[in-house]
Amino acid sequence: MEQRLANSWRQTVNEKNFIVNALLSELRVDGRRPFDYRKLTIKFGKDDGSSEVQLGHTHVMAIVSGQLLQPYKERPNEGTLAVFTEFSPMADPSFEPGRPTESAVELGRVVDRGLRESRAVDTESLCVLSGKLVWAIRIDIHILDNGGNLVDAANIAALAALLTFRRPECSLGGEDGQQVVVHPPEMRDPIPLIIHHLPIAVTFGFFSNENIMVIDPTHHEEAVMTGRMTATVNANGDVCSIHKPGGEGVNHRVLMHCLKLAHVKAGDITAKIKDAVEIYNTQRALRKIKRHSSSVALDVGGTPAKSGEKQNQVDGSQLPQSKFKDEASSMECDATSSGQEQNNKRDGVSQKFIGGPSSWDPYSECVNPDLLKASLASHGPATQRTQKGSRSETKAEEPPQEMKIDSSPTDAGLAAAQNNEGKTLKDAVKPKNKRKKKKVSSNSGN
Amino acid sequence: MEFVSPEGLRLDGRRPMEMRQIRAEIGAVSRADGSAIFEMGNTKVVAAVYGPREVQNRSQQMSDQALIRCEYSMANFSTGDRKRKPKGDRRSTEISLVIRQTMEACIMTNLMPRSQIDIYVQVLQADGGTRSACINAATLALADAGIPMRDLVTSCSAGYLNSTPLLDLNYVEDSAGGPDVTVGILPKLDKVTLLQMDSKLPIDILENVVQLATEGCKAVANYIREILLENTKQLEYRRGV
Repeated sequence: MEQRLANSWRQTVNEKNFIVNALLSELRVDGRRPFDYRKLTIKFGKDDGSSEVQLGHTHVMAIVSGQLLQPYKERPNEGTLAVFTEFSPMADPSFEPGRPTESAVELGRVVDRGLRESRAVDTESLCVLSGKLVWAIRIDIHILDNGGNLVDAANIAALAALLTFRRPECSLGGEDGQQVVVHPPEMRDPIPLIIHHLPIAVTFGFFSNENIMVIDPTHHEEAVMTGRMTATVNANGDVCSIHKPGGEGVNHRVLMHCLKLAHVKAGDITAKIKDAVEIYNTQRALRKIKRHSSSVALDVGGTPAKSGEKQNQVDGSQLPQSKFKDEASSMECDATSSGQEQNNKRDGVSQKFIGGPSSWDPYSECVNPDLLKASLASHGPATQRTQKGSRSETKAEEPPQEMKIDSSPTDAGLAAAQNNEGKTLKDAVKPKNKRKKKKVSSNSGN
Repeated sequence: MEFVSPEGLRLDGRRPMEMRQIRAEIGAVSRADGSAIFEMGNTKVVAAVYGPREVQNRSQQMSDQALIRCEYSMANFSTGDRKRKPKGDRRSTEISLVIRQTMEACIMTNLMPRSQIDIYVQVLQADGGTRSACINAATLALADAGIPMRDLVTSCSAGYLNSTPLLDLNYVEDSAGGPDVTVGILPKLDKVTLLQMDSKLPIDILENVVQLATEGCKAVANYIREILLENTKQLEYRRGV
């Protein structure tokens, strides 16, 4: 059906006959049996809500994003869900850049129908202010490699991305309760979407010979087959959508048989998706804990008052900004590992560090060894002192450093990240005598 | 909201297994090679077929079969609120694709290589079931144009509301949020060529609904055959036979 464009690849008659004849003996060209799926791999990106799915040679990416928008007039209490597809020209010689082609629109609509009409994603929980502001969830599906059966892969990618997407928490504030405050992820954990069930798309290919039918056709089989059907079913036995857009006619019996097969396959795929999401979630949780401890280590033993303040700022990004000192002390109580040496190094380096990357100069002078010694000396008793909550004593011991302190918590959060990065990058440039200790600190800290 | 009253009557007074009144007319567009108007209740659709004719875009020419093109559009005045974009939106693109592939299954394209057949379908009044009406109108128009087909393609929709399978939904029943199943069959061969369904349904109920829609399709097929026979008689009469 894609044989309309000049750029398209045309299949030879020999190839076509070979595929059909092999199927008559229940063999497929890639060695599968007619009702087998190809190997499925689900990977996730580093941000929440992005997934990459490989189904055999077919490679698809899905990204989920959310925005606060006005709801539709007919449904003021519900959030919206929109699916956009991008058939990248690198995926297939017949894909052209520009307007989505018929098949791109069709794919988007099949995935959309499976998710929206079957109420897989709970849209009522996406409402923030009825009639005014709701979360508009946008799923972007990018096709990277067309190895056949894009619909199934795109559907799995969309589901995986939806399951790992986290939207910022928002609360109503202001005098009349009409102001919406969106909390940044550093302040409050973003929350996942509510997904009731997973509609899995299973595509069947029909051929001119009635006895042949395949599941998960490859690109070559797609060029041979005369009809196809995509059944979106969930693991509970409900049929969420059926899409058989014309093509070869089939019996009722065959249709029902296909639906039952689809139900079985959906169970398998649902299990795989859930496993992959589980692994991702545990990794994410681990990452969060790690980040927490490394930023805590920053201020433990914070002898230089200014740097201590800077770290307070950093901590302030994770907690509400009210009382820096109390927070700092509470953070120290929570402090996990970090030996004294590491803290020294960190302090020393952080003294040097002034705000964002623009102020990082690889050729600037190294940490002042005198300062270091001073911090080393004062470091032992310093932890106990700071735990008591008083900073002023330690302040006197260190020459005050000019530190550009970013005001907003998000910038401080950024600075913290850059702080960590700046340390490792700087370490790479620093002369060797400093490097050993720093390397230890940077390795254990990051 | 109650779609089936306790007595078993729907909102427009029909029984659950009852179709709306159908009416068809052949030869509505004089310049086209074949055309037809098809009405299912308040849904009114006009289809025009041009072809077989020379392929306009040489790069798309196929040496072994005819090229089928289809365009589905809804008139601005067809729905309750005036539509801003009659065609080019995603729903129209999808329906165009669906109608094209449905008709491709029944047209004997290998008899007309290197040629093009255009099917234009326009919805004049939309009251649910536009997809089905378009396919029925296209079948009539193709028959009027004398294009060789394996069989007629007829289509009908069915739904499931208030635990009852309902045949031939109108707009109110369609927008109720329940399942909507559109079936297109080749009646003589008894094969399902088009099947689209949205919203959730358990498999066994789906089977009943699909069966019901298939029955509706067969009723439409009988009517279309009558219309075509009548049309042929008229042509003979005009020829003076």
